[in-house]
Formats: sequence, structure tokens, C-alpha cells
Amino acid sequence: MKTIKHISRYTFIGLVLLFCYIPIASLIIFSFNESRSLTRFTSFSLKWYLELFRSQEIINAVVVTFVVAILATIISTIIGTFASIAIAKHKRKLRNTLLSANNIPIVNPEIVTAIGLLLLFQSIQLQRGLFTMLLAHIAFCVPYVILSVYPKVRSLDPSLQEAAQDLGATPLQALRHAILPQIKVAVFAAAAISFTMSFDDFVISYFTAGSTTNISIYLYTLKRGVNPTINALSTIMILIITAVVIANFIRTNKQVKGD
Amino acid sequence: MFKIEPIKQERKAQKRKTNVAAFLGIPYYVILSVLIVIPVILIVFYSVTEKVNNLYYRFTFDYFVMFFKEPIFLKTLWNSIFLAIITTFVTLAVGYPLAYVIARRTPKVQALLILLVTAPMWINMLIRVLAWKQIFDMIDTNLLGTDLAIVVGMVYVYLPFMVLPIYTVISKIDPLLYEASADLGANNVKTFLKVTLPLSVGGILSGVTMVLLPAATTIVIPKILGNGKYLIGSLIEDRFLKAGNWGYGSAIAIILSLIIMLMVFITKRADKNKEVEKFEDY
Repeated sequence: MKTIKHISRYTFIGLVLLFCYIPIASLIIFSFNESRSLTRFTSFSLKWYLELFRSQEIINAVVVTFVVAILATIISTIIGTFASIAIAKHKRKLRNTLLSANNIPIVNPEIVTAIGLLLLFQSIQLQRGLFTMLLAHIAFCVPYVILSVYPKVRSLDPSLQEAAQDLGATPLQALRHAILPQIKVAVFAAAAISFTMSFDDFVISYFTAGSTTNISIYLYTLKRGVNPTINALSTIMILIITAVVIANFIRTNKQVKGD
Repeated sequence: MFKIEPIKQERKAQKRKTNVAAFLGIPYYVILSVLIVIPVILIVFYSVTEKVNNLYYRFTFDYFVMFFKEPIFLKTLWNSIFLAIITTFVTLAVGYPLAYVIARRTPKVQALLILLVTAPMWINMLIRVLAWKQIFDMIDTNLLGTDLAIVVGMVYVYLPFMVLPIYTVISKIDPLLYEASADLGANNVKTFLKVTLPLSVGGILSGVTMVLLPAATTIVIPKILGNGKYLIGSLIEDRFLKAGNWGYGSAIAIILSLIIMLMVFITKRADKNKEVEKFEDY
């Protein structure tokens, strides 16, 4: 009886995992297909990878994605961290107002945030492109930075900064040596969240980027139709993510053991 | 007399400290007002005004009326919500038992299984949806464009959002409660119904909101797996990027936002009711 239960549990988990990984596996397998077909595997070849590196369009999209994600991460993390420190010092009423406004992009459907930004850029006659896309990414990343960093700042002793300044530190020194080391983990988490969200964003970019194309927009519009270069691009991205996820998993497990 | 001086200085120092803090927040306040609050105001503005000429706008409710007059648009809205609800039920039906089974493993196995279930989340959503397109192409091309294909794609993309919050609450339940329940003579089914399920309601509800909302508004999945089937997100997309009819698009966005707020509100209410019931039970 117990073994039956045991087997059925693992069968269930196994089936769900198959459901999760079969599509990914087939995507990877067909990136090595000799023929253009995505349904019949003929023979092994790396030609789609060569094609990928020759496609100026894809390379441009990858560059745009990285540039925007890196800039949006740096800018949002800095602005959001400073803002968290500032918000914590405000009076309660102002603080609550700010935090509710901060929640707007988090609770709103992405598409609503996207058209709001589109209307804004159109109203002030800002030509849509890389710059507006970057602004849009900052707009949706900063609230998440606050969400991650602000609770940590709140948990700090408010006299920390004062103590540092009483000991002769300038306000900026106090910030750098007394506050920032305490909230470092939350700040890095916020940066990681911002980077992934910006890197994978589709809807908001699609509405605010004009003719500029990031990876997601490229995959959505697919001007040349579905072909195995997409699989090659996906495979490379999946491999990078897998490496990061595994490294992260090993690190956290070590930490757990250390504790 | 000579004591007044240091106090004054202290006040000055205090003032300087607050000034520095306020200064730190300035870039954020600019972003918050210009890029977050003003866009919302603009959506509302465009949805209730009509451009007469370059200077003059007229107040109108036409866009909202138009939406409710055209049966096609209401049908699109209903389709989106219907498919999102089906998706939510399926992810719950698969996700709950999965979270439950995982939470009962040893900590190491738990961590590994949760990693395996959530890892695909880190892969770009477009890639995951295109992967399903390929699978459907392999099985039967006729499947693309059906509601089934759309629901499978949505379940695939949003399943981790259901599993994670439920797993979090179940794994936090004190194992002693199960023992206590068994000691009091409850069998496994009764323990599940009286202990596990009531304690995991919070996780279920946050899972439901986290699946329902993005599923109702996605534009990627219907376009790729639904052969461009019209859902509410695609409707907004068309109004804005193809037809250039911003007033109408804004009105649809507002209707959509209101419906979603209502859904969140109802889910939160459900949570509170449960809480009240629990207290009444004691």
C-alpha cells in the first residue's frame, strides 16, 4: 500500500516535470537539425548557430537587450535604494502615500502600464526608441527595488546614521559605511530582480520602443517566420540561465549547510 | 546663556541630516510622478475626451458606451476571462497536489524539486511559448489556434506562480499539527481537510491572483498559440499600435483594470471570510 502511494507520488511529480521540460528539450534538439524543419529531425548540424551569429538583426536585438537591462538595473537600483532611505525618514502619512503610488505598476496589468507610458511619450512628443525603452524599464524596475530594499531599511536602527555622524562622519560617509553594508543583500537582490525583469520584458518594451527591437520583440514579430536560428538563440540563452540557476542553487545549499 | 549655542548647533545638524535624506529621494519622486502617476492620469484623460482640434478637447463617454454596445468586444472580454479562469483551475488542480507532495519530501529533495519546477520561469516567456508552438506543430497542426492550445500554454507559463506560494505555506505548517490530528483520531483525509487545507488558503489565494491576472491580459500566448485569436490584450494592442485609436484603447484598459481590481478584491474578501470562519470555529 505504502509503495503504491510512493510510486504514484513520484509518477505525478515525474509527469509534471516532463510537461515542464519536454518543450525545452525539443527546442534544444531542433537547434541542431540539419534541415529547416521543426518537426522532423534529419541529421546533426551546427549551421543554425553560424546563421545566428551572421544575423545582424538578432545580434542587434541581443545588444539592445543587454544595454537596456544593464543601464536600467544600475539606474533603478541606485535610485530605488536612495529613495528607500529617504522614504524611511518621512512622516507616516507621506510614506504611506508614496508606497501606495509605488504599487501602481506592480498591481496594474503590464499592458496598462505599457499604454500609459506610450501615451506619456506621445504627449511630450518624445520619439520612441532606445531612450524611451530605457525610461520605461526604469519606471517598472524602481518599484520592485523599493519593494525589496525599503523593508530592510525600515528594520535598521534609525539612530545608526546619527551615531555615525556624531562620530564625525559626513552624511555621505555615514550612508556608505553605516547604512549600505547593512542593506547590501537586499540591494543585490533588487538588482537581480531588475535585471531579469528588464531582460525578459516584452509587453512594455513592445509599446515603448518604437522600431528598436529587443530579444522579446524580435521573437514576437519574427519577421522571417519561425526557423531554427530561433532555436539556436533559445538554446544559448537556456544554457546560460541553467548555469546561473545551478551555480545559485549550489551556493545557497552551501550556505544552508554552513548555518 | 552659554548653553543656548550648542543646542542651536544641534538643531542645525539635525536639519542638515533631514535635508540630505530628502535630497536622496528626489530622482525617485521625479520618476514616480512623471513615469508612474502621470501615465495613469493620461489613460483616464484619453478615455473620456475627444479631440476636437489641436487645442480643444471635449468630454465624452462614447468610448465606454461603444465597448458595451459592440457584442464582439464584450465577447472578447468574456473569452479572455473565461480562458484565464480555466487556466487558474487547471494550475490549481495540478499545482496544489504538486506543492503538497513536494512539501512532504526531505529538505534536500524539496529544494531540488522546487528548483526544477521554477527554473523554466527564468527562461524568456516568448521562448517557452514558441517551444509549445513547435510541440503542437509536431502533434497536430490543427491544434494551434484552439482554446486548448492557449490554455496549455498559459498553464505551462503560469504553473510556477501557483506552486510557489502554496508550497511556501504548506512547508511552514508545523508537522506536530499532523501528529496531533492523528493522535486525536483523524485519518489522513480528515487531517488534510481540517488541518492542511485551511492553513493553505492564503497560499491558494495568492497563487490564484498571480495566475488569473497575467493570464487574463497576456498578448503573447493568444498570438503565438492561438493563431492571433483575439483576446482583450490583443484588442488594446490593435487600438494603440495599429488603429491609433487611443481614446478607445484607454477606455478598454480602464475597463480591464477595474475588472481586475474587482477580482483581486473578491479574492481578498474570500481570504477574510475564511479567517472569520476559523475564529468562529474555535
